[in-house]
Amino acid sequence: MSKKIEKTGSNRVLEVKNLNVEIPVPSGLLRPVQNVSLRVDRGETLCIVGESGCGKSLTSLAIMDLLPSKAKRTCDEMRLLGENVFGIKERAMSDLRGDRMSMIFQEPMTSLNPAYTIGNQLGEALRRHQNVSNAEARDRAIYLLEKVGITAAAGRLGQYPHQLSGGLRQRVMIAMALMCGPDLIIADEPTTALDVTIQAQILHLLSELQREFHMGMVLITHDLGVVARIADRIAVMYAGQVVETGTAEQIFNAPTHPYTRGLLQCIPIPGKTKRGERLGAIPGIVPSLVGHMDGCHFASRCSEVQARCQTGNIELAPAKQKGHLCRCVLAQSGPSSELETGEAAV
Amino acid sequence: MNTNTAKPKDTTIAAEPTPGSLMRKRIFTHWGFMIGAFVLIVIILMALLAPYISPGDPFDQVLSRKLIPPIWHDSAKVTWEHPLGTDKLGRDYMTRLFYGARISLLIGFGAMLISGIIGTALGVLAGYYGGRVDMVVNFIITTRLSLPVVLVALAVVSIVGSSLNVVIWVLGLLIWDRFAVVMRSATQQVRALDFVTSAQALGCSTPRILLTEIMPNITNQFVVIATLEMAHAILLEATLSFLGLGVQPPEPSWGLMISEAKGMIFFDPWLITIPGLALFALVLSINLLGDGIRDVTAPENRN
Amino acid sequence: MFYYALKRLGVAVLVAVTVSILSFSMVYLSGDPAVALAGEGASNEDIENVRRIYGFDQPIIFQYGNWLLQAVQGNLGHSNYLKSPVASVIFERLPTTMLLGACSLAFALLLAIPLGVVAAIRPNSIIDRIALSIAVVGQAMPSFWFALTMILWLGINWRLLPITGTESWMNFIMPSVALGYYLTPAVMRLTRAGMLEVLSSDYIRTARAKGLRPMTVLFKHALRNAIIPVVSLAAVQFGFMLGGSIVIETIFAINGLGYLAWESILRADVPMMQAIVLVLSVFYILLTFLADMLNAFLDPRIRVA
Repeated sequence: MSKKIEKTGSNRVLEVKNLNVEIPVPSGLLRPVQNVSLRVDRGETLCIVGESGCGKSLTSLAIMDLLPSKAKRTCDEMRLLGENVFGIKERAMSDLRGDRMSMIFQEPMTSLNPAYTIGNQLGEALRRHQNVSNAEARDRAIYLLEKVGITAAAGRLGQYPHQLSGGLRQRVMIAMALMCGPDLIIADEPTTALDVTIQAQILHLLSELQREFHMGMVLITHDLGVVARIADRIAVMYAGQVVETGTAEQIFNAPTHPYTRGLLQCIPIPGKTKRGERLGAIPGIVPSLVGHMDGCHFASRCSEVQARCQTGNIELAPAKQKGHLCRCVLAQSGPSSELETGEAAV
Repeated sequence: MNTNTAKPKDTTIAAEPTPGSLMRKRIFTHWGFMIGAFVLIVIILMALLAPYISPGDPFDQVLSRKLIPPIWHDSAKVTWEHPLGTDKLGRDYMTRLFYGARISLLIGFGAMLISGIIGTALGVLAGYYGGRVDMVVNFIITTRLSLPVVLVALAVVSIVGSSLNVVIWVLGLLIWDRFAVVMRSATQQVRALDFVTSAQALGCSTPRILLTEIMPNITNQFVVIATLEMAHAILLEATLSFLGLGVQPPEPSWGLMISEAKGMIFFDPWLITIPGLALFALVLSINLLGDGIRDVTAPENRN
Repeated sequence: MFYYALKRLGVAVLVAVTVSILSFSMVYLSGDPAVALAGEGASNEDIENVRRIYGFDQPIIFQYGNWLLQAVQGNLGHSNYLKSPVASVIFERLPTTMLLGACSLAFALLLAIPLGVVAAIRPNSIIDRIALSIAVVGQAMPSFWFALTMILWLGINWRLLPITGTESWMNFIMPSVALGYYLTPAVMRLTRAGMLEVLSSDYIRTARAKGLRPMTVLFKHALRNAIIPVVSLAAVQFGFMLGGSIVIETIFAINGLGYLAWESILRADVPMMQAIVLVLSVFYILLTFLADMLNAFLDPRIRVA
């Protein structure tokens, strides 16, 4: 194992500035992630929301350095616990992956190797990163399987993935991500593939574990109901960009970007939404992200679109409250200063 | 990245090309397909025009002119009358090579046709009906696969007696397995599609569904396997002839030519090299063509 | 697993019985076997004698039952030409062919699997293109011509290797390469395709997300799953290879089963032909059965149902 980052260091677990992902496709250069900045503190849950294809998952893969080989990433800064992790050697990066930062994926049915037992797959991360005996790895696996709510954990270790249900497999994936006691956990739509009844259980479990182990968590989802319940802070993504970010209260109580407002109108609120009332919908389709795009990405679907939305680069700029940022000309009182946008890491 | 602010939004999206032009583009930019097609056409022309372009007669033996080396050899005997030289009986080698192409192509095509009909019939039935029919067909395929092809072909030819027709039939009856396997899975895939279900719902008869709904959609796979099996049959014919139980002398089969030259490997190895290269070029070109057809018709399955 | 094995075994036995019927009926291909056996110019009396001695006068089902009963007991008949029991001749020659087959298989797998893995790791790279070219060229080369060409260059022109016989391991190099290279393209393509599929799977991403070393990801997680279909293919191709050994053994004068088959075909020794076809088929059936079992062992989804 190479240099280990001190756990007691900074309170800032993850800091990403101006992350871009580019993928060459036959029709040009696809830019699914554009100038995304994020930060996560210890003990905090950041939710990234947005519809399918807005670049949420690629953002998380880019942070883990697990992008497909064709995709290229660039960024100004990427720090894990204060240490630069961008452009470091694959070997150094793999020392961090699974140890200090780990990830839970969307598809529990296919994310476990069919050829090996649960115990084998749980233990190998710990054995890779920490000098532990097989017995210790086994004890840790049993402890975590019980933590994630799996009964008869010791007996599960010898089972193969195909013998477990989807919900159980996702619990195993969560336990696997926690094996080395990471500081940052990234969960990419961890409940999408599961039954609705199990979704709530898994999310509840995740947020409990996050509090108990005092980790930073990035939760990627398109489900605003989920966000309302467990997010500390929220980043709303649209067409590869973060369009609005702030605390959960700021986003839910004072949504500023027209897209965020449109999204919030799409969810029914018990007691408030009347029976038979039409839910909101955002007309139009997401623009293609191939090649360079000028102006606001949401302009083609926005009901409040103006001439100045169509040109130039619209920056993420402070809205009314501290820490609340929005990428919309309507929300910006004056021209944004470089200083402010520089600090605008989410 | 925000330098070009005046660029309009849509310039990066090119106009959609038509399927036909896309297909043509894929064909003409596919090197394997083009090379394969070119070599195969040359060999087919050689076979068709053999009587007109040959320097001599394939059966004419001139013992006084035997074993003349091909013209690139440094020998006093070489002559432009026999560009590829002559064999041990003084027959012009180039002429025999041209006529040999006829036999290879004829046997390859004939055996492919027979095995294609058998294999497709079995595969389509198994894929369409499933259940018991599928089980029986699978059993037949397994049984066929457990028989060693070369050995059985040799044994049968030796018992029945060797002739061009016998070789075609024996090979055709033996190598239908890949047709059956591929057509079966192709049919299974097509059968599950909605237009087959709707045809069934409309009350179309089974033969009609098989002929008008299933068949047109498995033609691509058929053509791909047909090329591979034709190449396979050509190789098998050459092997049988090489072992003395395929095409019989004095017919000019390439495999037989290599067999006849076996004993002269020490002094006249070109007698082996030339028909071997011809065989290799023919089989390679058919395989390249088959791979090319697969790539061009289903580019998403390339890997 | 036990039920699976039993089912497979049942199918295998059924196929073996069918094959035995087919190879038994080979005698009747030429028409009246008694006429053929008695030889040209035999009198009617001779033919009748032969018919009685060999039991051709009995109903076919009896003849077959009798033949099968004998075959199961290890009596594969009597060679007309060699005047000795077929079984003993076959088992005398079998080890040589098995050795040749094993060497060829080893050569093919050692060449094809690493090539397929490397090609899959860097698709469309130069190595990938070279590997695919080898596959395309290999599939088009007639094995007998390849063997003769090797003899010409390695044996005659450069005098590196002995041309015929089975005296030393050197003798086995050219035949093994000639027999094994035919298997290489298929194994390589399947390894490559399997690795490409597995490498893009979710569980490989999980393995990388755990921070495992690239070698662990490649060999423990990817190859283990990609190799499963290759096992079946190798078994099938090994069976085909033994059938193809007739060509190679004839060229290199290796005194194995293939050479014996060729000799008996030239001598019209039908009982011997029948027996060799049967032995090779049953061996193939056994091989695919074992491959199924090995697959089940490698794939817990079959093993632990």
